[in-house]
Amino acid sequence: MRTIFFILQKEFLQIFRNRGMMAIIFLIPIVQLLVLSNAANYEVRNLAIDVVDQDHSAWSQRLVNKLTASGYFKLHRQTFNEKAAFEDLQLDKADIVLMIPRHFERDLVREDKASLQLLVNAINGSKAGLANGYTNNIIRSFNQNIRTEWLALDGRNGPAVIEVTYSNWFNTRLDYKVFMVPGIIVVLVTMIGAFLSGMNIVKEKEIGTIEQLNVTPIRKHHFILGKLIPFWIVALFELALGLLVGKLVFHLPMAGSLWLVFLFAAVYLWVMLGMGLLISTFTETQQQAMFIAWFFVIIFILMSGLFTPVENMPHWAQVLTWFNPIAYFVKVIRMVLLKGSGWANIQIYLLIMLAYAVVMNGIAIWNYRKIT
Amino acid sequence: MQPIVTKELTKKFGTFIATNAITFEVKEGEIFGFLGANGAGKTTAMRMLCGLLRPSSGEAKVAGFDVYKQADRIKQNIGYMSQRFSLYEDLKVKENIRFYGGIYGLSNNTIKEKTKQLLQKLQMEAEADQLVSALPLGWKQKLAFSVAILHDPSIVFLDEPTGGVDPVTRRQFWDLIYEAAGRGVTVFVTTHYMDEAEYCDRISIMVDGRIQALDTPRQLKAQFQAESMDDVFLKLARGK
Amino acid sequence: MRQFFVFARKEFYHIFRDKRTLLILFGMPIVQIVLFGFAITNEIKNAEIAVLDQSRDYYSNRLVQQLQAGSYFKIDQELQSHQAIEAAFKEGRIKMVVVIPPKFGESFFHLHKAQVQLLADAGDPNTATTLINYARAIIGNYQQELNGPQSMPLTINTTVRMQYNPALKSVFLFVPGVMTLILLLVSAMMTSITIAREKELGTMEILLVSPLPPAMIVTGKVVPYIVLSFINALVILGMGIWLFGMPIKGSIVLLLLECALFVLTSLGLGILISTVTDKQQTAMMASMMGLLMPTVLLSGFIFPVESMPLPLRLLSNIMPAKWFIIILKDIMLKGSGLREVWPQSLVLCGMTLLFVTISIRKFKIRLS
Repeated sequence: MRTIFFILQKEFLQIFRNRGMMAIIFLIPIVQLLVLSNAANYEVRNLAIDVVDQDHSAWSQRLVNKLTASGYFKLHRQTFNEKAAFEDLQLDKADIVLMIPRHFERDLVREDKASLQLLVNAINGSKAGLANGYTNNIIRSFNQNIRTEWLALDGRNGPAVIEVTYSNWFNTRLDYKVFMVPGIIVVLVTMIGAFLSGMNIVKEKEIGTIEQLNVTPIRKHHFILGKLIPFWIVALFELALGLLVGKLVFHLPMAGSLWLVFLFAAVYLWVMLGMGLLISTFTETQQQAMFIAWFFVIIFILMSGLFTPVENMPHWAQVLTWFNPIAYFVKVIRMVLLKGSGWANIQIYLLIMLAYAVVMNGIAIWNYRKIT
Repeated sequence: MQPIVTKELTKKFGTFIATNAITFEVKEGEIFGFLGANGAGKTTAMRMLCGLLRPSSGEAKVAGFDVYKQADRIKQNIGYMSQRFSLYEDLKVKENIRFYGGIYGLSNNTIKEKTKQLLQKLQMEAEADQLVSALPLGWKQKLAFSVAILHDPSIVFLDEPTGGVDPVTRRQFWDLIYEAAGRGVTVFVTTHYMDEAEYCDRISIMVDGRIQALDTPRQLKAQFQAESMDDVFLKLARGK
Repeated sequence: MRQFFVFARKEFYHIFRDKRTLLILFGMPIVQIVLFGFAITNEIKNAEIAVLDQSRDYYSNRLVQQLQAGSYFKIDQELQSHQAIEAAFKEGRIKMVVVIPPKFGESFFHLHKAQVQLLADAGDPNTATTLINYARAIIGNYQQELNGPQSMPLTINTTVRMQYNPALKSVFLFVPGVMTLILLLVSAMMTSITIAREKELGTMEILLVSPLPPAMIVTGKVVPYIVLSFINALVILGMGIWLFGMPIKGSIVLLLLECALFVLTSLGLGILISTVTDKQQTAMMASMMGLLMPTVLLSGFIFPVESMPLPLRLLSNIMPAKWFIIILKDIMLKGSGLREVWPQSLVLCGMTLLFVTISIRKFKIRLS
């Protein structure tokens, strides 16, 4: 045990002495959390709309007003000229073009029907879908209004309706940051805790100090523990720091128990530390270790459900996420913080992580030979 | 009992035989020079003796312990220093001493005491709180040697310890070695410098994985009718 | 010039001898493009929902069936009471609960008004909004179906045309982003780490005392990576086209030229990182922390730049990836030509020049 203590002491001295490393560990993550959380926003508001109003009637004007009053749209250009509107669409200046044909109002009254045309820039499919949804809702309600007014109907005489009400649970204001901050914290903790540790072992290999350690009576597991524990501690500290910033700056709700988050993180980190260790066992240079760590970390992050929901992925990709530790942590931290999920809800994930940690470290230690 | 005893010690990497059935003994308190051209098998032999590498066949005992079964006990009883490794450059002198003292299981008091003695002997008290990276190479090497014998091992292995150091510092380094040997520490040293070979009590010269000569420097010179160790070495290396 | 080739050849040897690195350099982009191209999507399919049907009549049953019929929703469980809703959400699987109050059919036909309540897990606000929109559309259709084919007075028909991406494939949104990200990371990281490595091992000093001018040393180091990165760009482009069906509506020559330009920008960035750091570890962390997350988040790859607050919109302008994503999308999806993409191309040229100039300056300072 005393040996581990000496190794820990040495590791911490080395970490704290390296200024660049200190910045990477403590400064950059916080800055990133502060800045990037603001960037991660899917909210579709202020869509730029071009209106080609060739009717210029009272009703067409009213429709345009209703659209812009909704808060979803910002009128970019009102014009007669279709070409100008198309150009805007092409140059990404407009997201959506509404074409109101001539005699819109007259047709509506005389023929009982009229048509509108909507052009949506659909390169961003989900945004287009939402924009389309909003526009259609507004047009439908506009339709309902003028119909009731014109025919002087009251609700009873009209056709039957299903009234849909909805509410947003756990995040009533639809604040996207509340969703992203826990995820970004996970990424930061992962990068610091997991991949630096593996790199650190390879570094001793590369500069040759590992040779010296190998002739000392240090035991395998002492050495490994001594190498991993500092990053485990730093990462947990990082988590606390991230949560604090989240609470103070982004008013991150903490519906569930923080202990549960830390417990899960503690186990989760052993998976990532084990992975770092494993990578270090079959690489000779830091460069190789970095590339491999990179490869996995990017895949893990982008397929973790952090940015795009796991549920949207094709089935085979969802199966792959069963092996993605980051996906579990992202899911659990959101469940606990946002919804207040408790022990009963997350214990299965904790068990999976535990098994993962045991397997990962088992393979890593088995692969790690003191005698080469 | 002799500190190092080997019998037919062999290491093969695939079909390549790195050390071929070497047999020798090193006596207690002796400075044993281990010479050979690059690739002659010195490092492999040394790594086997330190318990870093498992021999393919043959026997070896270091400090009375078997290299196959008791590698851990061997490590407790040897010191090791190589040219490639110095110390942790991003740690201070004191911190390095403390770290190595700690992992060899010395008590805190002993470490403190030894640190003081060591710094005094090397006249480095003023540099105790300096980063190792700031020291000149020669100092680093002297410090590394002192750290390697901090835990009073009975045998110390030195792998080309004086590479790249000026002659004056080398002389001082050898003074440290003599002093350790005087206290009964067995010194096993590999080197490229033939003048250093003369400082050894006995030397062995390896060629292509075999020990081709083993005796005191004087005897070897006589045997090969050579003026200096240089000549002995050249005759052996070319004479195959 | 001969020395230069000797030098560049040495770099090629380094790269090709190191099989592991080579595998990563070429394997990584391919695996990642495949994974991300298919897996990163906002198309919602089979979202798991729960139903609390308090009517349990013929009409409410049909509504539930309608919800299930499309590929949007999958009913995970039927709840028995309001109390069960929260617990169901906490399990973490279901995204929405549909509550149908008692006497659904009766109220619809007799009172001309029935109610449905949608409760969404807004932990993920975007999914919540989208799911609610889908459900409302399905319920709207169902309402029309129940009312029968009677024609309504004063009906506005809206025809919608989804420009540039009629099928609303999110592939078109994400594949250019994935291509950009991977190209940037591989190129920038590769160079920054290699140069840092040479410094750390001390071989840089040997090169610096050679009669080659420093600029040539750096160029020599970079040329092989330009070639490799461009090959990578071709592979990535090819996969985008053949695997994901990205069209190339614009000029392919222009597209290739822009790719080459972006490769240069990325390499410039890599060199810059390596001149600032001495240690591989730092170079690596700098490219990881400094490039990965900001590029993913600020380039418009996943999150639309328009929805960001103003300071971040300004900040996003310094991300090379942002400009290249715009160029890729414009040329490939919209068929734009140089007339439309020259400003973005100019920005990339400027950035490249800037990176290289700063690097050379730093390099010289180091030497003196």
